[in-house]
Amino acid sequence: MMRILLVGNPNVGKSALFSRLTGTHIIASNYPGTTVGFTKGYLKLGQEQAEVIDVPGSYTLEPSSRAEEVTVEMLREGDVVINVVDATNLERNLNLTLQLLERQTPVIVALNLWDDTRHRGISIDVAKLEELLGVPVVPTAGITGQGIRELVGRLPEARVPRNARIYANSDERWLKVGDIVSQVQSLSHRHHTWYERLEDASSHPVGGIIIALLVLFATFWFVRFVGEGIIGYIAEPIFEGLWTPVLMKLSLALGGGGFLHNVLIGELVGGGIDYSQSFGLLSTGLYIPLGAVLPYIIAFYLVLGILEDVGYLPRLAVLMDAIMHRLGLHGYAIIPTILGFGCNVPGIMATRILESRKQRFIASTLISIGVPCAALQAMIIGVVGKQGVAYVAMVYGSLFISWVVIGLILNRAVRGFNPELLVEIPPYRLPPWRVVGQKLWLRVSGFIREALPIVLGTVLVVNILYTLGVFRAIADIAAPVLTGLWGLPKETIAPLVIGFLRKDAAMGMLASLGLTARQLVISSTVLAMFFPCVATFVILARELGVRDLFKAIGVMLVAVLIMGSLQNLIL
Amino acid sequence: MIMHQNNQLTLAEMKTGQTGTVVGVLGGHGLIRRLDGLGIRPGKKVTKLSSTLFHGPVILRADSTQVAVGFGMARKIIVELDKYLPRTP
Repeated sequence: MMRILLVGNPNVGKSALFSRLTGTHIIASNYPGTTVGFTKGYLKLGQEQAEVIDVPGSYTLEPSSRAEEVTVEMLREGDVVINVVDATNLERNLNLTLQLLERQTPVIVALNLWDDTRHRGISIDVAKLEELLGVPVVPTAGITGQGIRELVGRLPEARVPRNARIYANSDERWLKVGDIVSQVQSLSHRHHTWYERLEDASSHPVGGIIIALLVLFATFWFVRFVGEGIIGYIAEPIFEGLWTPVLMKLSLALGGGGFLHNVLIGELVGGGIDYSQSFGLLSTGLYIPLGAVLPYIIAFYLVLGILEDVGYLPRLAVLMDAIMHRLGLHGYAIIPTILGFGCNVPGIMATRILESRKQRFIASTLISIGVPCAALQAMIIGVVGKQGVAYVAMVYGSLFISWVVIGLILNRAVRGFNPELLVEIPPYRLPPWRVVGQKLWLRVSGFIREALPIVLGTVLVVNILYTLGVFRAIADIAAPVLTGLWGLPKETIAPLVIGFLRKDAAMGMLASLGLTARQLVISSTVLAMFFPCVATFVILARELGVRDLFKAIGVMLVAVLIMGSLQNLIL
Repeated sequence: MIMHQNNQLTLAEMKTGQTGTVVGVLGGHGLIRRLDGLGIRPGKKVTKLSSTLFHGPVILRADSTQVAVGFGMARKIIVELDKYLPRTP
């Protein structure tokens, strides 16, 4: 099968073009042996199917990162290259084009974002550019679909230029680029668009912070609104209306009790299934990932996709960079952290975007200790909020303080390097909705594929341990810590242990213990910082490896002991 | 400290809004190559758009590209300011 590669700089609308070229059947995968991801789809060319690969964006073929190395490796395996060029940024993009033309793979150039050139006062002589490059050049607009048909039609004309030239060094190549640009492009004066005014504002040190706070606030509001909507109108009706009857029949068939019943269905609460308290593999085990977490994941990934394609994320990363650097991270670590507020699992999975091992360790540890997931937050606000907003603020404040302090300490304690930020800030653009939809689907299905088996597997193991009484033994050992250091009654041990399975359910149990406001603040802070839920635990093990997992747990235990005791002293 | 001529300073030292020409990058091969790919190289006109608080990244414009570079990198990019240019090339 013919293999077509889409190659270009980052932020040139490559994915929108990809989505126009291919149908709905697209696959996301990792390049073998790496965490560098790419997407693949299919295009019908006459009678034949061709494979289209969206190669990770790269500025140069002289790699300086793992992602760029992958780009170069993938180039060797392609039959045709569609070089996606940002028409509004011709000079920088043609540098990559000339590098592609030095190779032996046929090239066709898509002069993308063509629709943007006019209001930016840029005009390009396409025929002349085609003549100078020696390969076909087709103006395209991925968002509207303009030029796609012509691009596909002229695909057979893709070629290695006759006048192909190998440049001795980068300076010579830039000289040639400058020469080409001066012959084909002319600029005219134009006014500042309101997009650009917004761009300037969000890069401004003070304006940027205000905009960031607004964006974050809107994000959390949207995630709660959409997440709770999906739970209330879709997830709960499906589970209670369709799944509960099936489970009840199974419960009857299993005789209403016994080891297998306990593992699969769990305990019946008031003669029925209670998805937050039964703790069976098929009851709570399925409900956690699909009913309670997935709705928030969908909402979160939707917002993330939009912010990504609008071009806001790099700006947020820049704004956060100075603070994050003091915690041993860099600005981009804000993205996994925000995701962690939805569910820690995708948050920790997203730490793969960070470059060094040190950064990934610190980011994952901080997320699992200091970032409460959406389900837990809803319960904290519900339960602690009854005692007054001030107490909720104490919980969040304590979590934030531990997040900062642990980060400061880990930055000094963990060896390794923390690279500086170097990132292009793309102009704001309206998001291509097709791409947003496709990405949402790829990410959500990826979450189901990766996280669901993990959650189910661990719920199974924990259920067996629970039935065997292992947790009761742990509870007895931990009791002195509870009463002595944290000033909590002994009964709180059960919810804290359950928190390993489901933190929001644990909060519900705390609510029924009749704790004082002060005890509620301490116990919910401890619950949030303490062992992450099972799914997060397993993801941590997978992303960090067992050795670093134990280090992270060590940090966690020390942190929670100190924070709980401090609260007990101060409050 | 970097010794520079009176009209040359680092990107970190430039004031917001100032424009100049990149004359050199005092960094390793890797940094030079990464900046080169983004179009920031000797001879290029750049404008400093903003800096962030607490020695955060510096944002600059080269042609129509905006790039954010970490403060440490910004201290390695030497720029010759426009208004001191003795003559236009």
